[in-house]
Amino acid sequence: MAKVKPRVKVPKTADAGEIIEIKTLISHPMHSGRAVDGDGNLVPRQIIHSFRASFNGKLVMSVDLKPSVSANPFFTFPFKATASGTFDFIWIEDGGKEYTKSKKISIG
Amino acid sequence: MHWLGAAGFGAMVSKNALAGSDEAAARINEITGGAEGDDALIILDLPEIAENGNAVKVAFDIDSPMTEENYVKAVHILADGNPEPEVATFNFSPAMGACYATTRMRLSKTQKVYVVAAFSDGSYGSASATVKVTIGGCGG
Repeated sequence: MAKVKPRVKVPKTADAGEIIEIKTLISHPMHSGRAVDGDGNLVPRQIIHSFRASFNGKLVMSVDLKPSVSANPFFTFPFKATASGTFDFIWIEDGGKEYTKSKKISIG
Repeated sequence: MHWLGAAGFGAMVSKNALAGSDEAAARINEITGGAEGDDALIILDLPEIAENGNAVKVAFDIDSPMTEENYVKAVHILADGNPEPEVATFNFSPAMGACYATTRMRLSKTQKVYVVAAFSDGSYGSASATVKVTIGGCGG
């Protein structure tokens, strides 16, 4: 399987109270369990089934993903920046493997 | 990836958006407990025509103050023509300050896509739109 690589775009700085946009992408085939490979064999299901974004340890948003989410799951969503701190992003694959990424933001 | 109709369009919420078909409707009924959809303001942005069903952009924007007292708890995306109608469920918090999100989904054929929002006061809202799919996105 191609290398699974998470990527996140968060502004480095923001004004207090500013609503910023967060963009996340993880390179992942999202095998739905319905497609067949070149030899006609069914490719077993292997997807990222869960995504979570936290700020300073507190959950901001999460997503439950089904096989209908496209390969290389991509999300954009807002966040109201009120304090400096660290975002932690986590993607969980079928079987429990976790991929993580962190980003810092400073206010002012 | 290519798609026609990339301009997309915004669909205002309508009450009959909750009257979906078959499995998707059953799932929506499970989510809402059969409650009528509110006239909440949901803007659903989908292409009218998707040339490639493997990656169809879906975006929604919901008018909510996103405060502890009044926020959008969850947004469900469902596609009634896919083998499994559920696409993704977003769980939100007031920390976001606004309520919108974007992702990409697979659509196996031309079908109706629903967005169902669950508000913190226990009410629901929904919007739907039909996407014409030229090449389905569930095979290899």
